[in-house]
Parts: sequence; C-alpha cells; structure tokens
Amino acid sequence: MTGPALAMMMLAILVVWGGLALAILNLVRYKGDEPDQVRRDL
Amino acid sequence: MTVQPPTAGPEAGPDQRGAFSSRRVFILAAIGSAVGLGNIWRFPYVTYENGGGAFIIPYLVALLTAGLPFLLFDYAIGHRFRGSAPLSFRRMRRTGEVLGWWQVGICAVIAVYYAVIIAWALRYTLFSVDKAWGADPNAFFFEDYLQVAAEPAIGFDLVPGVLVPLVIVWGATLMVMVLGVQKGIGATAVIFMPLLVIAFTVLVVRALLLPGAADGLNALFTPDWSALADTAVWAAAFGQIFFSLSVGFGIMITYASYVDLRTDMTGSGLVVGFSNSGFEVLAGIGVFAALGFMAQASGVGVDEVATDGLGLAFIAFPVIISEAPAGAFIGVLFFGCLVLAGFTSLVSVIEVVISGVRDKLDLSRTAASLAVGVPAALLSILLFATTTGVPILDTADHFINRFGILLVAVVAVLVVTWVYRELPELRGHLNATASVTLGRWWMLLVGVIIPAVLVVILVREARATLESPYGGYPAWLINTIGWGSAIGVAVLAVVLTVLPWNSRTSLEPPPELHDKRTDEHVPEEQR
Repeated sequence: MTGPALAMMMLAILVVWGGLALAILNLVRYKGDEPDQVRRDL
Repeated sequence: MTVQPPTAGPEAGPDQRGAFSSRRVFILAAIGSAVGLGNIWRFPYVTYENGGGAFIIPYLVALLTAGLPFLLFDYAIGHRFRGSAPLSFRRMRRTGEVLGWWQVGICAVIAVYYAVIIAWALRYTLFSVDKAWGADPNAFFFEDYLQVAAEPAIGFDLVPGVLVPLVIVWGATLMVMVLGVQKGIGATAVIFMPLLVIAFTVLVVRALLLPGAADGLNALFTPDWSALADTAVWAAAFGQIFFSLSVGFGIMITYASYVDLRTDMTGSGLVVGFSNSGFEVLAGIGVFAALGFMAQASGVGVDEVATDGLGLAFIAFPVIISEAPAGAFIGVLFFGCLVLAGFTSLVSVIEVVISGVRDKLDLSRTAASLAVGVPAALLSILLFATTTGVPILDTADHFINRFGILLVAVVAVLVVTWVYRELPELRGHLNATASVTLGRWWMLLVGVIIPAVLVVILVREARATLESPYGGYPAWLINTIGWGSAIGVAVLAVVLTVLPWNSRTSLEPPPELHDKRTDEHVPEEQR
C-alpha cells in the first residue's frame, strides 16, 4: 500500500474503532442505578 | 435481580408492550438495526467515489455532528414517552401523532421490498457452493435467476427461485415478531450480531490475503484532498451517516421505548454509533481488498470493477468467488453476512409497524404481528417474487429513502424543536441517567445544524430526481410506485391519525423517573 493510503486507513481505524473502545469503556465504568437485568417479555 | 420498571400508564405498562431484558440486549438490537446491507455495499463505494481516504474526514464530522446527535434525539423521544413512534409523538403533543404514522408507513414500504433482497442473498449463499452463475454472473442474475421482464411493468408471473427463499425470510420474520421484543428481536440480535462480526472478520482476513488486495485498498484510501472543497462530498458523507444509522424513521424511537427508564442512553448511543461506523470501515476494507483481487485477475484497474449495491453483491462478488482460491468459502461467508445483517434490520423495520398497530388497537403481540406481517408478506411476494419486481423495488427504494425518510426526518426535528420546543425536556431526560451529559450544543446540532444539512441533501436529491427520470424508467412507474409511495405514506398517516385510539391505551406522557425541578427520584409508589 502507498503511504498516504495506509495513513488514512490507520486514521479511520484508530478514530472509529478507538471511539468504539472508549464508548464501551465508558459504559462499563459508569455506575448508574440501572438494574443488571429486568424481567419480562410478552 | 428482578425489577419492575416504571409504567407508562395504568393500562399500557411496559409489561404489556414487552421490553429488552438488559442494556446489552438493547445495544445489540440497535446495532443489528443500524448495521444492514448499506454498510456492506454502499459505504465502500461512497467512500471511493468521494475522495477516498479524504472522505474519512467529512464522514467523521457527519458522525459526530449529525449521526450521533440524531440517534440520541430518537432515543430521547422513545425512552421519554415510552411508546411506538405514533404513541410517543402523540404523548408529546396531540398533533404530533401524524409524524409517527408517517414513519410507520415508510417502514411498511421498506419492509415489503427489503425482504426480497435478503431472499436473493439467501439463495446466493447456496449458489456460492457450486458457483451456479457460471461464466456470466450478470446474465445469470438478471436473466436466469430473476428472469427480469424486458420492459418495466406490474405483473404477477412468480419466479420460484425467488418465491421460496422469500417465503422462508417472511416465515422467519413472523416467528421472531410473534416471539416478542426480548425472546424474538433481542434473542435474534444476541445470536446474529456476534456471528456477523466473526463471519465478516474472517471474510475480511481472507480477502486481505488475496493477490491484488493492496491495490484495492490503495484505491479506497488514497486521499483526494481536493474533494474536501466539494459540497457534494460533504452531502454524501452526511447522507451516508444518516441512512446508515437507521435514524429518523421510527426504529430507534421504538427500540428505545423498550429500554428500562434507568438505562444510560447517551453511553449506549455512543456504542451503537461507533459500532455501526466500525463495521462500515471493516466492510470497506474487505470489499475493496476483494475488488483489488478482481481487478488484478481481470487485468484491469480497480476503477473498472468498483461498484455498489446489487452490482457489487450479485455480479462483482460472484466473479470474485469464481476466481479466488476457496471461492465457495468466501461466497458463503459474504452472502451469509448479507442475510444476517439484512435480517436484523428487517426485523427492526417491521417492528416499527407492529408496535404502532399494537399501541393504537391494544392488540396482543401475536395478533399484531400477524395482522401486519401476513399482509406485508403477501404484498412482498406478489410484487417482488415476480419477473417485474426489480424496477419496482429500485424505484420504491429511491423515492421512499429520499422523499420519505429524509423528508419526515426534517419535518420531525423542525417541529419538535421549533413548534413543540421539546428539546430542553428531551435533553433533561437523557441527562438524568447519562454517563455522557449533553450540553446546549446538542440542541444546537439537532435544532439547527441537522435540519439545515438534511434540507441541503433533500434539495439536491429533489433537483436530481426532477431533472431526469430516475433510472430511465417510464413516467407511469415513477409516478405510481415512486411518488405514489412517498406521498401515499404521508396521506395514510393523516388517515391513521384521525382514527381513535383504544380506550385502554394511555395517551398521557408518563411520569419522569427523575423530577428535574427538585432533581430527586420520583418515589416508587408514584411511578
């Protein structure tokens, strides 16, 4: 791959997948009063 | 722990509507809805056509300034007002109901034609095993498989090769819908989404190992910086984000209404939004690596093989499958992924309709699923399992996306922001349980930036559509199927709004979990 193409691919991966990793980390670490499990289905 | 969530009203509590059992299930279902066929066959080509690597910049700007804020706007409505799209808007304001039914109508149209594409992909999963398309995948797809009629028409000559998988798709869809929110939609997402990610990752790795893959990635990611000065490229980025995230036409409102009131919706929304984009980037890498192989094998440039939509899936990929080592393996993975991604999206689209009907008529889950699903399946079969289905599908898809989804999205954000002035309450609702709190900037983005951008895209699309007949199709097809479906759903929305609600459905806004005037919890007994 050429340098510019490789750089842009890495940028896309880092920003999007890095953003996803941070979003998941935020969700895991957040201590709200949400129940672990709610029941039900109809 | 078993917890009874707060109810929306004494007669229409969430126990009667169904609900996701946990935040994780909701997130997977929302990702399943967002990740669809467009992620796989639209994003890579849009990127390639609009500046390659440089497109990533407007794409990310669009994600952060429009996609995620709009996603949270939808979440806020469904989560705050605890109902289907019509019921949520009705609880917001009496006049808002028509917006919800407009969204329901759009989803009904989409479901009818979306199912047939999944049926094609299902059939092609089997075709991949023995590469049934032979030396000419183009002729095989249109002439041998679909048996497309010479001229656009509305006919009822059924094609058995399409009919059988379409019946299977609708059968599976009805089963999921009857099973309900958690056991049906939720369970499907919990199984299908990890399976999709694993299968697609294997496919991408296989594609990257093909000779010529680097050429494809160069074509996709080499930046053309001059594209950043082109407003059409920015419009394409915002359009891609908008269509990809399943925002603006009731799906996320409906799904959010099934989530516990204490759930952190902003944090969940970030995960959904970035997951959707993460999958798109993965798809771009996989698709263009495979196209690079195809170009090298054919002795042509990537620009001569790059395509999107049906051409990519049902013509280009069969060529790749025929020529690549272990091509059958690639084929089963690729078309299997289309089926998985498409099915979870179809389920979300039809749920918008079922949920609206359930709330309006207070039907049981099974009754509403059958009342909506059976007619939709029959119409889908009659229109699209025939030799005349392709032009109808193509026209309906073009018009309902642009003059259905885009238009209702613009109208909804403008009405909610500037007529109902509801954004402060929606922001307060999200912030009450948020891990990432929303400032006034969110209202600015939703109330000003997003409608402005959507209007620009809508005007561009309208101008292009009016300048020349879409797809070169005859005027009668464009007027009846195209404009007819787009205008028809709006008219139908007005009619459905006039019909009375079942007396057992509460039309009052449910109480807030947190009373923002005192910032205290509402006591359990008052919920």
